[in-house]
Amino acid sequence: MDSIAAIELKNISKSFGSIAANKNISLTVSRGEILSVLGENGSGKTTLMNMISGIYFPDSGEIFIDGKEVHINSPKDAFDYKIGMIHQHFKLVNVFSAAENIVLGLEDKEKFSMKRYSKKIKDISEQYGFDIDPSKKIYEMSVSEKQTVEIIKVLFRGADILILDEPTAVLTPQETVKLFKILRKMRDDGKAIIIITHKLHEVLSISDRVAVLRKGEYIGTVNTAETDEAQLTEMMVGKKVELNISRSEPKSDIERLKVENLSCKNRDDITLLDNVSFSVRAGEIFGIAGIAGSGQRELLEAIAGLQPIAEGKIVYVDPKTNQEEDLRNKTPIQIRDMGVRLAFVPEDRLGMGLVGNMDIIDNMMLRSYQKGNTAFLERKAPKNLADTVVEKLEVVTPSTSTAVRKLSGGNVQKVLVGREISSAPTVLMAAYPVRGLDINSSYMIYNLLNEQKEKGTAVIFVGEDLDVLIELCDRILVIAGGKVSGIVDGRTAKKEEIGLLMTKSSFEEEKEEEANHD
Amino acid sequence: MTKKAYEPLFHISKRNTIVWWKAWTIRAAAILAALIVCGFVTLALTGLNPINVYITMFEGAFGTSRRIWNLLQNVAILLCVSLAVTPAFKMKFWNLGAEGQVLIGGLATEVCMIFLGNKLPTPLLIVVMVAASIVAGAVWGFIPAFFKANWETNESLFTLMMNYVAIQIVSYFTFIWSVPKGSGTPRVLEFGRLPVIGGQKYMLNIIVVAVLTIAMFIYLKYTKQGYEIAVVGGSPNTARYVGIDVKKIILRTMLISGAICGIAGLLLVAGTDHSLKSSTAGGRGFTAIMVSWLAKFDPIFMVFTSFLIVFLEKGASKISEVYRLNDSFSDIITGIIIFFIIGSEFFINYKLKLSKNSNKEAAK
Repeated sequence: MDSIAAIELKNISKSFGSIAANKNISLTVSRGEILSVLGENGSGKTTLMNMISGIYFPDSGEIFIDGKEVHINSPKDAFDYKIGMIHQHFKLVNVFSAAENIVLGLEDKEKFSMKRYSKKIKDISEQYGFDIDPSKKIYEMSVSEKQTVEIIKVLFRGADILILDEPTAVLTPQETVKLFKILRKMRDDGKAIIIITHKLHEVLSISDRVAVLRKGEYIGTVNTAETDEAQLTEMMVGKKVELNISRSEPKSDIERLKVENLSCKNRDDITLLDNVSFSVRAGEIFGIAGIAGSGQRELLEAIAGLQPIAEGKIVYVDPKTNQEEDLRNKTPIQIRDMGVRLAFVPEDRLGMGLVGNMDIIDNMMLRSYQKGNTAFLERKAPKNLADTVVEKLEVVTPSTSTAVRKLSGGNVQKVLVGREISSAPTVLMAAYPVRGLDINSSYMIYNLLNEQKEKGTAVIFVGEDLDVLIELCDRILVIAGGKVSGIVDGRTAKKEEIGLLMTKSSFEEEKEEEANHD
Repeated sequence: MTKKAYEPLFHISKRNTIVWWKAWTIRAAAILAALIVCGFVTLALTGLNPINVYITMFEGAFGTSRRIWNLLQNVAILLCVSLAVTPAFKMKFWNLGAEGQVLIGGLATEVCMIFLGNKLPTPLLIVVMVAASIVAGAVWGFIPAFFKANWETNESLFTLMMNYVAIQIVSYFTFIWSVPKGSGTPRVLEFGRLPVIGGQKYMLNIIVVAVLTIAMFIYLKYTKQGYEIAVVGGSPNTARYVGIDVKKIILRTMLISGAICGIAGLLLVAGTDHSLKSSTAGGRGFTAIMVSWLAKFDPIFMVFTSFLIVFLEKGASKISEVYRLNDSFSDIITGIIIFFIIGSEFFINYKLKLSKNSNKEAAK
């Protein structure tokens, strides 16, 4: 049994249109082993795993399970082969309880009995050390609890080959440690585990072997014990990349934007932001860290005039006159008419920052189309801007009249950032600007932010990768549950410290932590 | 594993781009395939020679100069309604209420023709009629837009329901104003008929719609308002983010959409039928949806799609007439052809590839 791989891929290829997502990839995973599949975004990791779990079907190549060739046509086939995948974006029904989600779609010969199912869930939880209340509804759960439900769901169906797609992306460092403990337990129990990630230190701490993909190609597999970060990076990106982000000393301490006791509520009167205060200086990069959905989006939107404010002030200090102006409850157009040069790179690029069906030129004029006194559009200036952005930021596109939805994630982001910085902003807000981007594009974005900082712009950077935040930002505000849980110096802060601040205000999770320590 | 799993027969993948001649070859092939299938259906159902049937169809549409003018008139009205729904569709506001908006525009026209007919000089009367039909259509379009903008009601259901309201109102007044009274025969309107140009009754309609087509093309492509419509349709969040007042755009666009429907009502009542009944719009409010979609919301391209639809309708009804078949047969023919045309878009957007292994398996 040990000599035969639990799952073996031979020369798997898959392309979408003219883009080859996977080229001749071969992998093996044995039982009782954790294999990391490492690669940048867009290197084909998820596509490969989707072929194992029955979502896609390979164009060519073979899949063997326990030495026998199989065709996996649907997720149901995958379940029959005891393959379970935990997707990056959870696929759960919000209004159902954990137990209901776990048994959903189960084809069981026996009589439906929630009691029996609950017992089985309890057994699985005890076996691997999960901490879950089967009757809790999904919408009441934290992200890490939802992930637990997803994992139990596949174990419940008897999966012994587990695939986890970027499981740590949404977790705090503490939660990650907990998850890894569980994964090791499952490995020792004889399960084959594949974990997709692009975080090097996690690869080194969890896996037995590492398979590296680059641009859809299989680069090689190494034993974790015999490798290090430098070698893996080189395999992943092809050439040696300087991991350091340059960070200059801020030149001034003039305050450009001051947020004072800001509170926001949504339609249902639920507090989104609670008494948030901070100030951003001209010529600094001000980081914002927090678990996804802690109020980062609402904060930026409140400043941009897109989120109604319940209480508090947003004060902008005009660089020329030094006069203070309150931006509270002004519309984006009013803010612009006041002469405030506020640029905003929102999290949802195609859903908020750009119009996917429009070409690059038309997207360039989103901010400026109203210029001129006629009823007609003026496309010459936007065309020039589009040409400049494409050339300077190395946007890969057939032409400037290509719809932006057809561009890759990195190029979409370059178009958006290019437009936003073209107005010579005094305040630049960027939410997760490198999400989904490859390393080279990410560094280009970091450099652009640094450039703006040098020019004296007050830059607000909402990030998720704590390593990057610590290397890029001058100061970092940590937000938890809509409250500021701390502001730390980017040069001296430790990742663990930020991680603790990120979970500070959520009382329940704290309790959970304590329960685990006992 | 007792279960046996096979590789799927086809691979479907999205095309990145397609050269224009390839796209047109696919479309032409689709029409050809449609004609062949129709031929077999005709043969199987009626035993008639399909070639003769197609010739009859062509004659039905172009046989005489009267038929040609009739065809052009129908194209003009259908195109007019299609132009009306297009800005709303580009905004992703599904205006299914063109039928009602046309009828209300026609009703406003009729009111002017009946009650002001012998009181105002004709040129002034026509100006009043134009204004009344535009306002009436615009109001009928504005109501669902107002509710959508303020309370996010479902515009498809709302506009659809407004059709029934309009149809009932028109039926009511048709009965009241019928001549002789109470007979139900719609009154023939004498005053305020639109002028005949160049001896052709329908010339004015055609000119008005031609001007509207070009105006709509320019409006959507080259004006700031057209751009705003595209942004709101593409992503309402992006519109808000750049400070576009989404509410205002929805209201303004539906005023325009309804107003053009009102004009279509005017052209039907004062320029074509000289009477009004609840079936005056004749389902064009719904056919226009297809015309607009088939043309991918491009007003110039809509000239061709509306022409195609009217041609099929006229030709098919001629078949029924000549061969004494009932109307359902012409509907079958029209349905098959449109199905193939719409279906061909799939092959333009996606490509199919036979699996390499499937041949092998078939050979076994």
